[in-house]
Amino acid sequence: MNHSLDTPVAAPHTTTANSAGRVMASVMAALAPATLFGFWLYGWPAVYLWLITVGFAMLGEAFCLRLMGRQAAPVLFDGSAVLTGWLLAVSLPPWAPWWIGAFGGLFATVLGKQVFGGLGQNLFNPAMVARVALLISFPLQMTAWVAPLPLFSAGAPGIIDGLRITLKGVPAGFDGFASASLLGFAKTELSRGLDLLQSLLHAPAQAWYGSRAGSLGETAAWLIAGGGVAMMFLRVITWHIPFAMLAGIAVPAAILHAVDPARYLDAGTQLLSGGAMLGAFFIATDYVTSPNTPRGQLIFGAGCGLLTWVIRTWAGYPEGVAFAVLLMNSLTPIIDSYVKPRIYGRDRKGAALEPVK
Amino acid sequence: MGIFDHIFKQPRWGVHPEDHKRPAADVSLRTLPPPARLYMPLHQHVGGAARPIVLVGQKVLKGQLLAEAQGNISAPIHAPVSGTVTAIGEVTAPHPSGLGFAAITLDSDFAGRWIETARVDDPFALDPAEIVRLTAAAGVVGLGGATFPAAVKFVLGKRLAVKSLIVNGGECEPYLSSDDRIMRDCADQVVDGARIVMHAIGAIEALVGIEDNKPEAIAAMRIAAAPFPEVKIRPVPARYPMGSDKQLIQTLTGKEVPADARAAEVGVLVHNVSTCAAVHKAVRLGQPLVERIVTINGGAVANPGNIFAPLGTLVEELLAFCGLRDTPSRLILGGPMMGTPLLHGRIPLVKGASGILAFDAREAIVPEAGPCIRCGGCTRACPMGLLPLEMATRIRAGDLDGAVGFHLTDCIACGCCAYVCPSHIPLVQYFSHAKGELSARERARLRTDAAKRLAEARIVRLEREAKEKAAIAARRKAERKAAKAAAAAATAAQPEGETA
Repeated sequence: MNHSLDTPVAAPHTTTANSAGRVMASVMAALAPATLFGFWLYGWPAVYLWLITVGFAMLGEAFCLRLMGRQAAPVLFDGSAVLTGWLLAVSLPPWAPWWIGAFGGLFATVLGKQVFGGLGQNLFNPAMVARVALLISFPLQMTAWVAPLPLFSAGAPGIIDGLRITLKGVPAGFDGFASASLLGFAKTELSRGLDLLQSLLHAPAQAWYGSRAGSLGETAAWLIAGGGVAMMFLRVITWHIPFAMLAGIAVPAAILHAVDPARYLDAGTQLLSGGAMLGAFFIATDYVTSPNTPRGQLIFGAGCGLLTWVIRTWAGYPEGVAFAVLLMNSLTPIIDSYVKPRIYGRDRKGAALEPVK
Repeated sequence: MGIFDHIFKQPRWGVHPEDHKRPAADVSLRTLPPPARLYMPLHQHVGGAARPIVLVGQKVLKGQLLAEAQGNISAPIHAPVSGTVTAIGEVTAPHPSGLGFAAITLDSDFAGRWIETARVDDPFALDPAEIVRLTAAAGVVGLGGATFPAAVKFVLGKRLAVKSLIVNGGECEPYLSSDDRIMRDCADQVVDGARIVMHAIGAIEALVGIEDNKPEAIAAMRIAAAPFPEVKIRPVPARYPMGSDKQLIQTLTGKEVPADARAAEVGVLVHNVSTCAAVHKAVRLGQPLVERIVTINGGAVANPGNIFAPLGTLVEELLAFCGLRDTPSRLILGGPMMGTPLLHGRIPLVKGASGILAFDAREAIVPEAGPCIRCGGCTRACPMGLLPLEMATRIRAGDLDGAVGFHLTDCIACGCCAYVCPSHIPLVQYFSHAKGELSARERARLRTDAAKRLAEARIVRLEREAKEKAAIAARRKAERKAAKAAAAAATAAQPEGETA
């Protein structure tokens, strides 16, 4: 927009080259390596599921905007719907059927975001709202994990077979299917009365570089963390939420593991399993649904971490990142109203300082 | 600056916009040939407007008093050229409204004849009150843009026994380099002026804060200040708004000015480098403030640089002197962060004008505002520690009291929040709007309070008058009764006496 001289424009007369679209693009760039690695590990069905989820998230957004009589294209262009769909997709079982992605994508942008008023207005993280809705509605499909079967390796589905898996489901007796994630395995074994010292001997294959059963975001934990650190360097996010969330998981895990290793998983496993890394760097750091002061972010992150660990350890679900983040999302307005920065010339309570000569 | 300093010693507040200061800052100072006609506004400072003491048709010399200060906070206006007063009327004010304000029109005789000036060889032998008088008489005001009468600040500093004078050479606004230029070219004047101010307020040291993006100015000032150990040159990190009083005081002394208090209450007083140079001229040379250095910069300017120009020169003449590459898409008085948009170029140069910017179409683009994504960038950038996004949300909803609850009144309107906002929300505009509404509300409240007080006083007065009337009536009635009774008694007593 360019104004003529006789329409005065308020200062400042210069502005950053940054934009909401650029912020979203940076986050996507940081998420891309882990996603591509996940595509390689889980093959074509993962690619199709990702496409479907992102596509339906955009469709949901466009539908709502049209319903409100607004132009859809400029809003879709800011990338927030793509990112929501993307974050949801990397938290799903990679071989989940197409309608999981479609339902989740629509749910995320329509009920998770647009009904609140669109970008910047939603109280809860849209991707996690959709994930929880899916988990509660379709627990079977949402916990059917596959062991990694890298692209072009023997037995991996090709382009056509992959599409068939996504659209029609996994053919009976397919090799490598039906593997439990580590957290799920540990929970099942514990509930059967087997302690971790015995059960973990037979645990699903683990490798630090990511060869483990799980969602795209779980498998590539280190790439997720790398992307998160890159976002810190690009100043898209600060260290507060990721650090506090990971500490919130690791500290109680380390203490109780030291007390009773047969009952409690160690901190390293907790951090590298499930959505811990994805949650800490990409989900909990969502601007809209997290506090906006550093101290508030530390409280929020620590709460997310602690709740994640509590849910994983004692609740009915093996994984708790999504629930933990949603619970803390609901506390964000309260944290924001109690935790404020100290104002120049005032004390923390807002009273003027005493003059010091 | 090492990596350690870079990470740990940088201020946590503020922004770092591209400074655009060079090449304009490096071009040597040019002097504008005095224009044929000048417009000297009567209100170029904070406080009361000056009152004209010249008549139309009167011949005046350069530096002659045109209008005298009116009230406690005010400043006189002097003739920037020798010539004839041709009108006392209105010109467009440097304000976004484009409304007019009173100005004295002068036609130059191009002779440049000064009035008789009284030189002072040793200002340090003068009584501080005399320096205050000379500075006030010369019409010196804060030249950094605040335009507060300098002498009034001296009195305040003296009264509160200020220890440190802070000389503001921050010049953190992008594009501007008039302070940079005065430090490079007139460092001796700046240092001498600072020492005179120290004498006037009784300070024991002067801390000269200069942003480290001006190494030439720092070097020149170091040489000029070398003989005077009490004048300390202190480079500060280049970070906007370092030139804001509160932030500079904090950076140089570690002290915070309490909310709703003045800097003098924590023992410091801030004066701009250009103001110090003006004090030097006013006291040592007896020259009133009639000229200044102004930066002409921006993409539409062909030869940007700093110009030494008489006050009252029209902006369009300054721009013509530097040449225009194309028609400016925006004219700004001051810097791009806090400057005022000008509606056209027929606006006179005023005392507080440190720069005139003519932006080309590319610079003048206003990105469309989007919804707040709560990224918190504004919160991190705010040098006052405020929450701009929370205040803006409340102002949008018309909840001014809610915004005040977030200490809207502490906002210094520096523009950091709006600068960093990725959604390009015009936050400062929200805050200015709200502050305007609040002051209108305050004025209305004072008015209704006054009306209420008067009405109550009237009721009390009417009641009192009625009571007094009643009392007088009652007294008169009683008197009449008594008189009647006395008369009756007298007539009654008489026959009694007769019978006796």
